Amino acid sequence: MGRKLLLDKAHVENIRLYDVYRQHGGYRSVEKAIKTMSPDQVTEEVKKSGLRGRGGAGFPTGMKWSFLAKPEGVPRYLVVNADESEPGTFKDRYLMEFIPHLLIEGMITSSYALGSNRSYIYIRGEYAWIVDILEQAIAEAKNNGWLGKNILGSGFDCEIYVQRGAGAYICGEETALLESLEGKRGNPRIKPPFPAVKGLWDCPTVVNNVETIAAVVPIVNEGGDEYAKIGIGKSTGTKLISACGNIKKPGVYEIDMTISVEEFIYGDEYCGGIASGKRLKACIPGGSSVPILPANLLLKTAKGETRMMTYESLADGGFATGSMMGSGGFIVLDETQCVVRNTYTLARFYRHESCGQCSPCREGTGWMEKILLNIENGKGKMSDIDLLWDIQRKIEGNTICPLGDAAAWPVAAAIRHFRDEFEWHVQNPDECVRRNYGLMHYADPLKTATPA
Amino acid sequence: MQNVKFSEEKLKEVGRIISFYPEGKQKSALLPVLHLAQQEFGGWLDVPVMDYVASLLNIAPIEVYEVATFYSMYNLKPVGKYMFEVCQTGPCMLNGSDDIIRYIGDKLGIKPGQTTSDGMFTLKTVECLGACGYAPMMQMGKHYREHLTREKVDAIIEECRRNAASHN
Repeated sequence: MGRKLLLDKAHVENIRLYDVYRQHGGYRSVEKAIKTMSPDQVTEEVKKSGLRGRGGAGFPTGMKWSFLAKPEGVPRYLVVNADESEPGTFKDRYLMEFIPHLLIEGMITSSYALGSNRSYIYIRGEYAWIVDILEQAIAEAKNNGWLGKNILGSGFDCEIYVQRGAGAYICGEETALLESLEGKRGNPRIKPPFPAVKGLWDCPTVVNNVETIAAVVPIVNEGGDEYAKIGIGKSTGTKLISACGNIKKPGVYEIDMTISVEEFIYGDEYCGGIASGKRLKACIPGGSSVPILPANLLLKTAKGETRMMTYESLADGGFATGSMMGSGGFIVLDETQCVVRNTYTLARFYRHESCGQCSPCREGTGWMEKILLNIENGKGKMSDIDLLWDIQRKIEGNTICPLGDAAAWPVAAAIRHFRDEFEWHVQNPDECVRRNYGLMHYADPLKTATPA
Repeated sequence: MQNVKFSEEKLKEVGRIISFYPEGKQKSALLPVLHLAQQEFGGWLDVPVMDYVASLLNIAPIEVYEVATFYSMYNLKPVGKYMFEVCQTGPCMLNGSDDIIRYIGDKLGIKPGQTTSDGMFTLKTVECLGACGYAPMMQMGKHYREHLTREKVDAIIEECRRNAASHN
């Protein structure tokens, strides 16, 4: 049984309510930080913890905090990114829904460290009922003196507000999020300047994922060094993984980053194996934008080592033979699934969500979607596969924000590892609309590494 | 559309939302106030409604139009009393969302994007709603309906008809 730091109390009855949360040790981190630590000391603990941003990029949180500009007389802001929209990812929803005070507590402690007197939660618009849950938690925290003026007599003031988005994946990109929070279209900004210098209303701003901010609570309570002892290498602490697709037990799991991918998929404590006793075909281990891996490269790296559920191990082999931890959206495909169709739905997703600012993304995502649909429907040509490859190459790296890369990578990886499935569609136009390609050789032991 | 004006109670809510932001940054209230307006004025945002929101926030109407057209949750055309927003992205597709969408469409006699002639139901396909572990799913109003099956869809449609009948 791995250690749990975030969801250990999520199943306590009525933990959503302040009194129960407090009885179970809630808000200790605020007390400890405000009464015994300076803001810089809190940041120092977060640095020591090795905590990496849990939204997808995995950037060290303490370092991000230390970049925050602190000019005199200019307000600073903490904005929590709850715009969880990456297909396969539903961990923040779980955390906010079942243990909302953990986020509020983490926000107060983090706001103290950053000197934010007004902090915001930007939540995706579809999570409408969670807004009520969060606002109730905020009201309870305020009634009990954890928010408002002069918290714990320290002179530190803090308010937390929740703003709903309105349906736009791109607002999970931090500068698009800030635009949206300013009441505008979610068009990502050109960086630099980074939000740490010019963020919300042009003021220094830190944008962090829900899970990242929640992790600040155990870090402050137990100390950064203790937190850093969990996990392997630079993958410290625990990570929420939202598992879905064709597995027996989909759901949100908190893992300490010491288990193997195989254990996560087949272990009874986690996904419980493939649904209906089928065989594993492929997996997208970190949300829809990270490279899909066939079973043989998923469970073992190209070097033949056991692949672990860590940032480093999931990325082992680069994009040629590896993938990414990403947001922890773990999507499993069984042997009956069609990689072309799955890739098509993702291409459609990115076309729908492109903000339209950059032509490679705006035009390229729609183009890829059309070609993939043609192939899926038995109307593709062999040259389409190379054309797809060419389009994704021309999107990647040529856009203001990472949505272009996010749209390119799933297409690239699908072709890289499943080219024969694409070719089969083209060669068997009638058969491919009646049945799927199946498993073929993907679960065989790996012989040679696939070139990038 | 006649009489586009929030009730006193809703105006208070608008005021509360504006108070979330520093002085002079009331434009930030645009997204939440548009949600409120859509809910109050028939489930969609007609031009007079958007103009009204612009006047409340003291911004130009174009600033409202450009936002309303960007985000997928704002309806720019009338929709049915009940809107089924069915997710069709990867993880839901892997769990049979294509079949659910077809089934709802056949049952109601409409295609995605259409509304039944009695104005009761709109079927809309949407992209990932963050319920991948509970697929297939759809959003109906404020809440999610998850682990959908054909039987569940039948029951939901029945439930909507019953609710509509009891409110008339």
